[in-house]
Order: sequence, then C-alpha cells, then structure tokens
Amino acid sequence: MDSHSRIVIVGGGQAGIQIAESLRQEGFTGALTLLGDEPHPPYQRPPLSKKWLAEGGAVGALSLRGPAAIERLKITLRPDTRVRAIERVRNVVELSDGTALPYDRLGIATGSLPRTLPVPGASLSGVFSLRGIADSLAIGQAIRLCAEEKRCVVVVGGGFIGLEVAAAARKLGAQVTVLEGLPRLMSRVTAPVVSETFARLHRAHGVQLMFGAQVAEIVGREGRVWAVRTADGQEYPAGVVVVGIGVDPDDLLARSAGLLCERGVVVDDCSRTSDSAIVAAGDCTARRLPNGELVRLESVQNAIEQGKSGAAALMGRERPFTNAPWFWSDQYDIKLQMVGLSRGYDQVVTRGDLAKPAYSAFYYRAGRLLAVDSMNRVPDHMQSKRLLDHGVWPTPEQAADPQFELSSLLKVAPAATPGGAATAGGA
Amino acid sequence: MPRITYLEPDGRPVTLDLKPGQSLMRAAMDAGLEGIEAQCGGNCACATCHCYVQPEWLDKLKPPSDDEQFMLTNVAAERRPNSRLSCQLIAEDALDGLTVRFPDRQS
Repeated sequence: MDSHSRIVIVGGGQAGIQIAESLRQEGFTGALTLLGDEPHPPYQRPPLSKKWLAEGGAVGALSLRGPAAIERLKITLRPDTRVRAIERVRNVVELSDGTALPYDRLGIATGSLPRTLPVPGASLSGVFSLRGIADSLAIGQAIRLCAEEKRCVVVVGGGFIGLEVAAAARKLGAQVTVLEGLPRLMSRVTAPVVSETFARLHRAHGVQLMFGAQVAEIVGREGRVWAVRTADGQEYPAGVVVVGIGVDPDDLLARSAGLLCERGVVVDDCSRTSDSAIVAAGDCTARRLPNGELVRLESVQNAIEQGKSGAAALMGRERPFTNAPWFWSDQYDIKLQMVGLSRGYDQVVTRGDLAKPAYSAFYYRAGRLLAVDSMNRVPDHMQSKRLLDHGVWPTPEQAADPQFELSSLLKVAPAATPGGAATAGGA
Repeated sequence: MPRITYLEPDGRPVTLDLKPGQSLMRAAMDAGLEGIEAQCGGNCACATCHCYVQPEWLDKLKPPSDDEQFMLTNVAAERRPNSRLSCQLIAEDALDGLTVRFPDRQS
C-alpha cells in the first residue's frame, strides 16, 4: 500500500471509523474513503437505548470522532451514501446513485439489522425497532407522548435492548409491559440467577413482565398501533411498541459479492475475509475460531478490536483479536458488565450479595471458567477480564468465597505465557 | 475556557480548549487523539481512556469515585499514583493549564 492506493470502507459506524483510524496509525498514506448510510458522522450506538434515550441530548454528544479528527486523519467521509454492490472483478464499489468508486483494498463494516416481527401489523405506525439515532429520537418522542396520554409502552423481547428501553421508558414516566417469549429474561446470555435479579429489578420499578408471551398480532386502529395480541389470546393495550428481538448481521453486500458468509461475513482472527483484498469488522462478521466454530459478537469491543486487526491486515500485518469478549448494560442503578461467553456452561457460582444486588456469576464448563457476569461489582469484572485473557481462573469454591482475592491468581500466573483461547493477554 | 494539554504516548503535545462541563475524554475523542480509545463512551465501564495527570494538579481534581478506583486497578498500561480515567475528569476553569499524558496502550 502506497500513497497512490485507495482504500474504501463500507459502513460508517464504530467498526468502520476504527478501520480508518487504525489504517492511518498503521502508516497508510493513500486515499481513504468512509461510506456511511446515515446523515451523521460515526457515533456511539450503546447510549441510544440507555442514557441518551431517557435523557435526550445533542447528537454531537454521541460522536465517536469529531470533524477535526476526521479532517486530521484525512478521511473522506461520505454520509448519506448507500452502496448498491461491491464488484470484485472491477474492484469498484457501486453507489446507489450509479457512480462507481474504485478501490485497491476494501473494508466492510455494515453492522447488523434489527429483526422484525413476522406478524400482522408489524409495520403499523407506532411500532419501532432501534438501530440508529433517528430510531432513538422517534422512540423517545413516542414514549414521552405515551407517558402524557397515560398509554402503555409494550416492549417485545426481554433481552438487553428491550430491557434498556423498558428502563428508559420508566424513567420517562410511562407504563411499561415487556413481552418475552421464553420463560426468563436475557435467557440467551445469562444464568437463571441473573435473569431473576433483573426480573426483580424491573418489577420493583413497576414494569409488567410477561413470560412465554408469543406475539401473534399487532392490532391497529386507524393505521396506528392499538394493542399487542399474544398467541394465548391476551391483548396488551399499547401506545407504542418497541421490538427488541435481536439483530441479524447485515452481510447482504458481501454475500452478493460472493464473499464467504455464514450468518455474517466469515473472517479469521485478523479480520480477513475470503478475499485477500477485503477485511470485515464488527457486527456484520462471523469469526472463525481455531476449532472451526464461528462466533458472532455484537459489541463495541468487537467492532474496535476487529477494526484494528482489519487495518493491520490491509497493511500486510497480523494483529489477531483473541481477547475475551466483554459487554455492558445499564438498567436503572445496575451496571451489568459481562466478560467471556457463557454458552455451554454446566456450573454457576455467585460471589457477593444477591439481594442488594452486588454480585458476580461465574460460569464454568468442566471446571474451566467460561464467563463472568458482574452486577455492581466492577473489581470482579476487571479482574475476571484479566483472568480470562491469561487463561487462569479461580476454582468455583474460590470464586464463591468473597474473602478470596481474585487478583492473587494473577500475581502467581506467568503473565508472559498466556494459555487457552487467550493469546493476547491484557496485562 | 479551560485549556488542556494532552501528551500523546510518543510525547507529542496537543492543546485543546474545552467547554466547562465537557469531559477530558470527550474533547480528546472529538479531536481524534491517538492515545485514547474510550470504548464505552464515557460510562466508566472499560478503562480505555486512562491518562496520567501531572502530579501537581492531582489535588485540584475531584477525587476518583469508587467505580473509577476499581476500574483503575486494571488498566492495560502501568497504573501509577497519578492515573485517572479521562471520562471522569470534567473541565472547569480551575483546570486551565492542566496537562495529562496518555499511556502507551489502552487495551
């Protein structure tokens, strides 16, 4: 890559800006174009379902890199720009206005798309899903109106997004019902004990939680949402419906271009796709692990780390991203921090005070630590992150013993020889 | 307007005029400084906006909250007595002239 080279990045979110910025840090001096399909420069999405939704604020407060930064990095940012196709034979990105943008190397950071409800009425006015700033603004406005009119906000889906929206809606003074299809909250990612903590928390804040609730129809009146009907015939009156039932990777452009995709653009741990001229990063990817499994992560950390790896790969360097994944959620006064992936666990122990709550749940499989969820236990989270990155962990008995110092394991661990899945320790 | 000087990991100084109430993290991100990541966007949840405060300014800053203290125990670079998270440092006129230095790594 030299100063005549052209790199185009499709997708102007967290991962896209990271690829661009890291390319400059890696010494790329050529032309760098960042294509975003929204009118805004790159911004943070996590607050859209949390503080920003509840409190509002300037769009600029969400910005990831200001105009000064974009200019200094010599990034040609093209907002409001949709890509129609990636043509790998001609090495061009075809824009929706028909122009063709040539590239030597390409980054794909197209993110994810919220799933929609496959039921009648899903496209009625007043039914929302949350992806961007415009969605968050519209949802906030609709919730405020509901609060004024004493109508109910119905949230479909008891996962992160749904519960964060429910918490924000309570803060805005609206009545809230959460309809969850499964028997407990956040069941895909947490143990029953954690689900129970959050159920208690939301109920204490006046949220009505309905489990096993399969949405059958969104009932409208005069083109607007009126109620949500579940498969058991129950009707829940609704002034607004927010659907938070997960996202799918937006890999359409990559798939159409013939890149290997399996529910996401398949990448290795250096963010390389099946085309050596193309990297991909963030929500749109599915990363191949050394054991052949594919892992999909929807997180800021993943966008940033894959973005850095992708930039390095475009410059011909290997910078694998193998650290333990981490996530966070804010609901009311609980800061939930998670590290690792708990899928497949066979044992959970808790550390701390469940009633308060201020505790962590440690997930094990065959005695090996997989993941730790911490609620208002910041030290546990930070230490667990390092433990997982170093491939050392407490026994379940040690983890459950609040007197046991987790950090003592790090002092005796040979920090230079990390083991297990982690190879790029956090020390 | 408080004027803050940031030292990038290689020692390069960048001086910015902050609005009172703005966090040192926010201004650094807007300016595109290299030594900061701020992965969580200022929620005191990630410890990737770590900076070293010029020691003589330490007692002019509001002391770190418990959460910040805990996050600081596990920053990626060396933790020093003058380590702070820049998302928790809010600009005010009394901080005019402050210098902070970014460590060589945030994650």
